[in-house]
Amino acid sequence: MLRLEAVNKSFGANKVLDGIDLEVAKGEMVCLIGASGSGKSTLLRCVNLLEPIDDGTIWFDGQDIADPDLDPQPIRQRIGIVFQSFNLFPHMTAMENVMLAPRRIKRLSRASLHASISTLFDRFGLSDRMGHYPDQLSGGQQQRVAIIRALAMQPEIMLFDEITSALDPELVAEVLDVLRALHSEGMTMIMATHEIGFARELSDRICFLDGGRILEQGPPSKVIDDPQEARTRAFLSRVF
Amino acid sequence: MNTLLTSAVALLIATTTAQAGGHGCAAGKTLTDGTLTIATGNPAYYPWVMNDAPESKEGFEAAVAYAVANEMGFDDDAVTWVRTSFDEAIQPGAKNFDVNMQQYSITPEREMMVDFSLPYYTSAMAVLTTGKVISAGAEPTLESLRGLLWGAAATTTAVPMLAEIAPNRDPMLYNDNTDVTAAIAANQIDAALFDLPTALFLSAVMVEDGALLGQFPADRSEAPDQFGMLMEEGNPLRDCVNAAITSLTDSGALAEIEATWLQSATGVPVIE
Amino acid sequence: MTRRAAHQAQARRKALRIGAGSTIAVFAAVVVFVPMAPGWPAVQRSFFNAEVLQRTFPGLLDAFVLDVMIFAWSAPAIAILGLLVAIARDLRSPAFFPIRLLATVYTDVFRGLPVILVIYLIGFGIPGLGLPRPWNSPYIWGSLALVLVYSAYVAEVIRSGIDSIHRSQRAAALSLGLGHGDTMRFVILPQALRNVLPANMNLVVALQKDVALLSFVGPVEIFRQAGVYKSLYANFTPYVGAALIFLIITIPATRYADYLLQKQRQRQG
Ligand SMILES: Nc1ncnc2c1ncn2[C@@H]1O[C@H](COP(=O)(O)OP(=O)(O)OP(=O)(O)O)[C@@H](O)[C@H]1O
Ligand SMILES: [Mg+2]
Repeated sequence: MLRLEAVNKSFGANKVLDGIDLEVAKGEMVCLIGASGSGKSTLLRCVNLLEPIDDGTIWFDGQDIADPDLDPQPIRQRIGIVFQSFNLFPHMTAMENVMLAPRRIKRLSRASLHASISTLFDRFGLSDRMGHYPDQLSGGQQQRVAIIRALAMQPEIMLFDEITSALDPELVAEVLDVLRALHSEGMTMIMATHEIGFARELSDRICFLDGGRILEQGPPSKVIDDPQEARTRAFLSRVF
Repeated sequence: MNTLLTSAVALLIATTTAQAGGHGCAAGKTLTDGTLTIATGNPAYYPWVMNDAPESKEGFEAAVAYAVANEMGFDDDAVTWVRTSFDEAIQPGAKNFDVNMQQYSITPEREMMVDFSLPYYTSAMAVLTTGKVISAGAEPTLESLRGLLWGAAATTTAVPMLAEIAPNRDPMLYNDNTDVTAAIAANQIDAALFDLPTALFLSAVMVEDGALLGQFPADRSEAPDQFGMLMEEGNPLRDCVNAAITSLTDSGALAEIEATWLQSATGVPVIE
Repeated sequence: MTRRAAHQAQARRKALRIGAGSTIAVFAAVVVFVPMAPGWPAVQRSFFNAEVLQRTFPGLLDAFVLDVMIFAWSAPAIAILGLLVAIARDLRSPAFFPIRLLATVYTDVFRGLPVILVIYLIGFGIPGLGLPRPWNSPYIWGSLALVLVYSAYVAEVIRSGIDSIHRSQRAAALSLGLGHGDTMRFVILPQALRNVLPANMNLVVALQKDVALLSFVGPVEIFRQAGVYKSLYANFTPYVGAALIFLIITIPATRYADYLLQKQRQRQG
């Protein structure tokens, strides 16, 4: 469904992604782990076309979406992303945050959207928070709204960028529960995370990034429990 | 009593003829003893002061100033010039001049706040316009004037006079003569009202295709436009200044100065 | 009443007492001591002359209508042009470089020029090129000068507001598939405009006063009318009258802006 081939990306002289090859199958959940600055966020932003890549190819559903002549808008609509810092629109209620993109892009009316979006809020335990502004919500609630906002566009793949690292520990669980539910529904997901335990529990595959390269990848049982690379071992010993 | 008066008059005549630096009527009444401080505009305009240099005694008001000063007993050297705006001339508090000459029209409203000398000039008001407006059919009749788009400098007595003409459209008002001529050049107004000497100067020098449509007679019964020297309210010098002006008027000296510096306007039709 | 509430109430009362006391003291000092100055009667006659005020006030009010009208047609034009220029300066695509450059030059030039000069230049200059009536009217070109100058300021204020919105807001909107236009309109601008509301309200108050500058090219608005009365009566009181009329408008406008901000702050918690 998604395949990155030899993707390179530099910020000035700083080579952030260095020949990334990565394939993600439909329904698969891939976790990206690695030290701070190893390029996890950049990788996700490139897939979402928020950052242009220098060279390489990103195949998405048989199409090279890294082609600079391509209009990124319709592609972004099919790829959802959730950020570490939520990035909700502070001047809109939770409901308005979620409705904005479907209303503008799919030209659906508020009334026709209301039922389906209410169901989403319901499912994630936020049915009493739809009319609240972001600053009236806890971090965990805000992050769940952000996830609902991305899901409302019915994306084919979801990208999560350390979505629990800005949360208090007791709020982490409620957000991870959402991911569990999505995974069980067969959503294709790539997730950058520091939650090694969660990654081991849920992911089909784990990629260890180091200096812009995927140093090691495989099922959790291999990468986490039996890492081959010294750097992976060093990293894991630091986070556990 | 009678002898007292006679001797006072005799004394007065004696001192004015002595001409020794303002001793006499003006003694002790000026800002600086022995000096008469006269204010003019900044800049001072042609033909009232030539080349913005009143010390040269050239220009109508400069010449009148020295004549009045001499008459009051001040030598030419005893005259000092300062510059003021209109606002400075009327602001409360101590003044930096004894008299102020810049074509101030004497009006009863102004007299409530400041003092004026007797008039040293009575001006006709004239209509400055362009040849184009005249060839478009403007005539020196009130009827025709009312149809024009008017302008004037806001601080002049042209403004109340415009109100008397009662034009059909609200007149435009400007900061100074330069701006009025700019508005004429931009065709934003048809005509502007000035005292005759200023109008003559502007039409000849400042306004392209300038022309005078007509003049309102200087001695028209209602509100003639008369220039006086402005003084601080209650200034004791006023009587001395008035005496000097009266004697210059009576001797014909004032008329002579006027003939020297102000162009005659015999060619300009009079508006009825 | 809790102990804390009681304590606060007492503190409030004390603050009120001190405030009222000091206000009365200052006021009394002004009212008592200023008139004792030797020049006061002269100042009073020149600036606070009841008779002159009475005779000129109706005429001033009449002229003020013109100020209101100039404001009424200039302000919306300024809002629209300022917004467009701010958006133009934010265009990122290289294809828009000429527009961006033009917008930048425009704001730099017009913020650098004195308002008076622009009013003279455009108010007299452009009609001087030979436009026929009524297209050479000083109302049109003078207003345009005001609009050009104030739009440059408004554009700069709005741009600073746009810059104040974190990049991540734009990223979030784009990531949902929204276009640049929608992102600007629904996500960036609403937040940006709200952030710069106080700065823009200051410009509104400044504009209310600067409409008087149009008088330089002819229109007889309240300050020009006051100037005419000043020279007619050789008295400054008409200016005081004009100032009073201005304050009657600007003070409530400023208070209202403050109130709006307060309300907005409260809603945002
Ligand atoms: N917009 C940018 N401009 C310049 N450099 C950038 C930019 N974004 C990221 N970088 C640099 O790219 C490198 C990788 O950053 P990235 O955010 O992808 O790391 P990360 O693995 O997500 O780290 P973390 O775990 O801290 O989130 C860092 O050195 C960072 O400084
Ligand atoms: Mg990151």
